[in-house]
Amino acid sequence: MSENVARSDTRDTELGRPLVGAALEDTWATPSGFWGALSTVDHKIIGRRYILTAFVFLAMGGVLAMLIRLQLARPEARLLSPDRYNQIFTMHGANMMFLFAVPVMEAMAVYLVPLMVGTRNIAFPRLNAFSYWIYLAGGLLLWIAFALDMGPDVGWFAYVPLSGPQYAAGKRADIWAQMITFTELSALAVAVELVVTIFKQRAPGMTLDRIPLFVWSMLVTAFLVIMAMPAIMVASTSLILDRLVGTHFFNPAEGGDVLLWQHLFWFFGHPEVYIIFLPAVGMVSTLISTFARRPVFGYLALVMALIATGILSFGLWVHHMFVTGLPRLGESFFTASSMAIGIPAGVQIFCWIATLWDGKPVYKTPLLFIIGFIVTFVIGGLTGVMVASVPFDTQVHDTYFVVAHFHYVLVGGAVFPLIGAIYYWFPKITGRMMSERIGRWVFWLIFIGFNLTFFPMHILGLQGMPRRIYTYQPDMPWSGLNLFASASAVILAAGFLLFFVDAFRSARYGPPSGPNPWDAPTLEWATSSPPPSYNFARIPVVFGASPLWEQNETLAVADGLRVDRRELVVTSLVAAKPQAREASPRNSIWPLLAAISTSVMLIWSIFSPWAVVWGSIPIAIALIGWFWPKGVPEDEA
Amino acid sequence: MKERVVVDLSRLPLHGLGSASVTWWGTLAFMLIEGTGFALVIAIYFYLMSLAPIWPINARPPNLFPGTLVTLILVVSVIPNYFVSRWAEQQDLRKVRIGMVVMSLLGIAPLIVRAFEFSALNVSWDTNAYGSIVWIMLGLHTTHIMTDLADTLVLAVLVFTRHGRNLRRFGDVQDNAMYWNFVVVTWLPIYGCIYWVSRL
Amino acid sequence: MTLLQRLAPLMMLPLCSCNGWQSALDPHGESAISLKALILLIVTVCSVVWMLVMIALILALRRSHPPRPRPLQRDPRTARRMGATVIAAVAATVAVISGLTVASFFTTRALAVAGRDDLTIKVSGLQWWWNVEYFGATPDQNFTTANEIHIPVGRTVRFQLEGDDVIHSFWVPSLAGKQDLIPGRPNELSVRAERAGVYRGQCAEFCGLQHAHMAFFVIAENESDFDKWANAQRRPAAQPTDADAVAGQQAFLSKPCAACHAIRGTKATGTSGPDLTHVGSRKYIGAGLFETTRGSLAAWIADPQTLKPGNNMPLVPLSQQDLLSISAYLASLK
Repeated sequence: MSENVARSDTRDTELGRPLVGAALEDTWATPSGFWGALSTVDHKIIGRRYILTAFVFLAMGGVLAMLIRLQLARPEARLLSPDRYNQIFTMHGANMMFLFAVPVMEAMAVYLVPLMVGTRNIAFPRLNAFSYWIYLAGGLLLWIAFALDMGPDVGWFAYVPLSGPQYAAGKRADIWAQMITFTELSALAVAVELVVTIFKQRAPGMTLDRIPLFVWSMLVTAFLVIMAMPAIMVASTSLILDRLVGTHFFNPAEGGDVLLWQHLFWFFGHPEVYIIFLPAVGMVSTLISTFARRPVFGYLALVMALIATGILSFGLWVHHMFVTGLPRLGESFFTASSMAIGIPAGVQIFCWIATLWDGKPVYKTPLLFIIGFIVTFVIGGLTGVMVASVPFDTQVHDTYFVVAHFHYVLVGGAVFPLIGAIYYWFPKITGRMMSERIGRWVFWLIFIGFNLTFFPMHILGLQGMPRRIYTYQPDMPWSGLNLFASASAVILAAGFLLFFVDAFRSARYGPPSGPNPWDAPTLEWATSSPPPSYNFARIPVVFGASPLWEQNETLAVADGLRVDRRELVVTSLVAAKPQAREASPRNSIWPLLAAISTSVMLIWSIFSPWAVVWGSIPIAIALIGWFWPKGVPEDEA
Repeated sequence: MKERVVVDLSRLPLHGLGSASVTWWGTLAFMLIEGTGFALVIAIYFYLMSLAPIWPINARPPNLFPGTLVTLILVVSVIPNYFVSRWAEQQDLRKVRIGMVVMSLLGIAPLIVRAFEFSALNVSWDTNAYGSIVWIMLGLHTTHIMTDLADTLVLAVLVFTRHGRNLRRFGDVQDNAMYWNFVVVTWLPIYGCIYWVSRL
Repeated sequence: MTLLQRLAPLMMLPLCSCNGWQSALDPHGESAISLKALILLIVTVCSVVWMLVMIALILALRRSHPPRPRPLQRDPRTARRMGATVIAAVAATVAVISGLTVASFFTTRALAVAGRDDLTIKVSGLQWWWNVEYFGATPDQNFTTANEIHIPVGRTVRFQLEGDDVIHSFWVPSLAGKQDLIPGRPNELSVRAERAGVYRGQCAEFCGLQHAHMAFFVIAENESDFDKWANAQRRPAAQPTDADAVAGQQAFLSKPCAACHAIRGTKATGTSGPDLTHVGSRKYIGAGLFETTRGSLAAWIADPQTLKPGNNMPLVPLSQQDLLSISAYLASLK
């Protein structure tokens, strides 16, 4: 792979079409082998890595769930001790929320957004690489601690005083708190990259009303991440400080407040679920459009609904605190706002159904998951309306009713679209199709298994079963439904297992897909499957919201970019007019080094506050190495 | 797919400044994140204050001198900061070099005084929740001064090397100046809370 | 009768099938009765909404779709009609949500208008049991018990709730909704039982290792039974007469037991564990773990850590003789 330093300023217009690809590959490719893997800044390689890692965490979290169901299948079962159970349910929640749900959505965006907006790489590619290593480090921290019987055991939400210095002995709660720091750092980095990519690197002509709905959903999500994650950073840092150096944020005896934790946590925690849900909404819009064979009905309404949901989501958090004794008037406000967020959700559902009505449905696996999503998510949303009512909530808060509710909205509302999205974009990522036949089996097993497992939990909650209990007594009337739920969970697990099997097999042996197997309208389908390292030989130019349907056989493109330098186009915010031929950074080992030094500092700081001082020095060195100009063509200006 | 060329990009510049620069936007996004963090700690301050029968809790209000001196230094530093940014826009390397040295010094000065501010708080972080929150507010802001100073120092060195004569460096200087303004602006409400709200 | 109307009662079935002493669907308290009505209303409305959305979905999918040569071809008339339908659906959503919000507010208001609180009981949550204090007209009428609360039927009882260590939640669903016990933030809950009976409650906020075994009982009884019970509770512990029990009392006072537990009328004044003055009169021990018998008391004392792993009662090694006599003594404390 030549360095291209000798050649200067060779444009794609000077080379014939076949040579352009080769020259671009030279400039953009990641070298094979270990070093290439560690130093790559290609959003597709990093995105794939991210997606795979997130699904590994999903599988591990699923195993934990099966252990929970096994323990709860019978009253007073002795499969798991209370300590082990408390670690397992804490790990299940923390793993699913912080290591799977948010990262997988960000990962899909990392892979897809640059392709969908028609650019060559995500903004801040080295930061992207860094964010993956930090995410991996946080996940390893949590799971290795768990394997060493040091897993956090205070619930994924770690309420004080249970998680505070007085009642949570050892380092378990600190490990939880620091894992938060890792995952939030990673998520914030990706959010910044997405905002800048979507704002400034869109294809010429991609005005705001031509941005694909998935990209819109990721833009809103990125802003949610930026505004919500600081709250949990502040919370987890305050918790570590209380535990490590004796601050009193949450100690009522010295002017602190127990509820301060809940306010901080849920101010983050409620937007968090929309951080998970809104990308899924974008996926639904995308899949419905392709498989109904028409653009989604109500583009503007859907964008407004996304933005309204994002903004409203910051005004709901107290609904997690309805039984803490806050003033009635205040709580009632949050009932109103929590119910109100159902309205943009309704707008979206109705627009999607209208799209299906006016379209011509093609019943491939992705569409099955969308239909499953509508059926399941609406149930979850409606139980959400139920728990939004303060009085209703006083009976179901902290019971299995809530467990049912959030699984319905998270699995129905996010995981179903995600699996549909994997079936949909798998050909783009790997160049091969997944199996339609197995896909149907996967859908039905998951759909039936999920509903049979979780629907009974609504009843269990109303029948008085609290949540987060490691067992229950035989004279309570809960055994039957619990056994039923546990048995049904096996069906659900089988569905997921089959999905993983299909994914592995298809990656190797699936039939080749070609660039656009679904005849879909958005830009990622204009390039090969999988895309080359440089995404597009020439940057596309768009004139509408469904470029490949509008432009049929011939794609409008822009030329004039250099092939000996990593170049992409920076365009204006609203009208997407080209402003500069910006450089995109080359492969670099510095993000990995910075991630390693950051991880060392963060883990060390669980044990000593001095880590922040001494640990900063290697980080500073790594950052200087990262940003110091290397004299490569990308530095030219 | 077949392609047809409709736009010619060849005459575009290799780098844009201001809102045509991705790092400018990245800096803005970072300011949004950190700004949210500052807003939160200020909210916590008022929250804890609303719960306390007396505020400050078991402590005298902080000594005004070091904090006010820091405020003065920061506010004054906005002036050379503005000029550095202007000179960077004009791509005047000589003036930018001088300006970066000045901003480096103006970044070190408040840190020196800041060291005295901590003990002037008249309370320890582990005394009570009031002590905890004021130390965190001060600490959070200090971290921002320190990281921005590190950025300024590295950039100051860079503008003296061969990499200095580059539009990108001028963009970096502008972004750095923007961020310094942010560091100064975020100090003002924190200063207000620590030193004046405690005297109400 | 449409299919829908035929199915509706079936859907209500899971909600009504429960004979529970710990069930929101089997209410016998003033609050819980109002809450169940609200629950039924909202669940019914939401079920109807879900069904309508499903019908719309099925109709949309089953519509015979005219072939569309190009995906972007659009009929403006159809688009207008679809737009009007979507707007109508959104308007209906707004109406339903507003209606449910208003219904919720009305229930909140109704619940807040409590009767005059006749009786005040302070409940403290500790890992993993409930300390219960009754207040009388004069301080010498106060008494303390644990895990079992008696209240008179038909009178509004005000519970003062405070967490002593971590957050717990006081929830007796057959009588009322729950309220948290939060260290540093006293809360209140008004409860009025409409029917005599034994109602089970359980801690509803994760509080550590034995959150699963932190139950309590609210026994609603008629006025005279309640007075009898309260008077009995006020009296100090009965002096043991049986030889076994006498030996048991001596053993109890000489072992570490008295350091944590109080028995009024003896030298035992410990407060870190439940008050045992009338433990023999309580239906359950261990916060709902076992029915109170001499045998279960002995089993508990012999090995609290195996029965309720992680709870704060240490294993105190006792001779077989001591074990039997102490359990006899405690069982006699009625």
